[in-house]
Amino acid sequence: MDLVTPVFWIFAVWAVVSALLCITRSNPIASALWLVSTMFALAGIYVLLHAQFIAAVQVIVYAGAIMVLFLFVIMLLNVGDDQRQLRRWPYWVLGLGIAGVLGAQLLVLGQYQPQRLADEVSTQPSPVDPALVFPDGAASALAVAERGVVGAVAEPLFQAYLIPFEITSLLLLTAIIGAVVLAKKKL
Amino acid sequence: MLLGPALALSAVLFTLGVLGVLVRRNAIVMFMCIELMLNAVNLSFVALAQVHGLGGQVMVIFVMTVAAAEAAVGLAIILAIFRHAQTVDLGQLTLLKG
Repeated sequence: MDLVTPVFWIFAVWAVVSALLCITRSNPIASALWLVSTMFALAGIYVLLHAQFIAAVQVIVYAGAIMVLFLFVIMLLNVGDDQRQLRRWPYWVLGLGIAGVLGAQLLVLGQYQPQRLADEVSTQPSPVDPALVFPDGAASALAVAERGVVGAVAEPLFQAYLIPFEITSLLLLTAIIGAVVLAKKKL
Repeated sequence: MLLGPALALSAVLFTLGVLGVLVRRNAIVMFMCIELMLNAVNLSFVALAQVHGLGGQVMVIFVMTVAAAEAAVGLAIILAIFRHAQTVDLGQLTLLKG
């Protein structure tokens, strides 16, 4: 029996309900904790999508580090439970309208098929095998089988994406200095 | 594989993030909604990495790094704003209003 699909839908409902509660709670602490819940559900989905390393990083970095930073700032600022934190109803109507249009456009993504994209970008007569047009996909399954979950991600990260990886460290250094300077008592 | 459902879920989560940014007044909560949008994009990267190669998963690591940097700098800015205006309610920051 295929257990992956029902488990995926459980995680999907969990993620959407948590996200809804995150944007509707008036208490910022409650919002932050519901966002952590969404991130845990997404980590579960990453495991189902064969990205175990990303799932671990999601829990450690996102739910662990970034959200703790958010909670610390909420605590520092002592932002209380305020009914005025939600905008008035004209904003809700406008927001629902804009978000609805955007969501309708994005939901078309759900019909995405690698076969269709392969047919569109390939010069060969269709129907063509997507694995021929996108050889990386088949190669990635091989790489996971060969080097393991972490090794398969590390290999492109430290070879093809080495320069962006190094630039990322510069970005983090800039962020550290910027955060310290901005949060100082006297600007 | 679950490619289509994962992309649809990603679309729903991104839309909820946009809705959150539009309807909340609290700057910190708006920031959290931006994190929600980044998470939705990460989900579509991971879903497509199954078909188009592990570059997608590498990109997720970059997105997480940028999100961490953005959160650190953004929250420092919010702290500075709070010190200046004693509020993080964006409806009350009317300095640029004519």
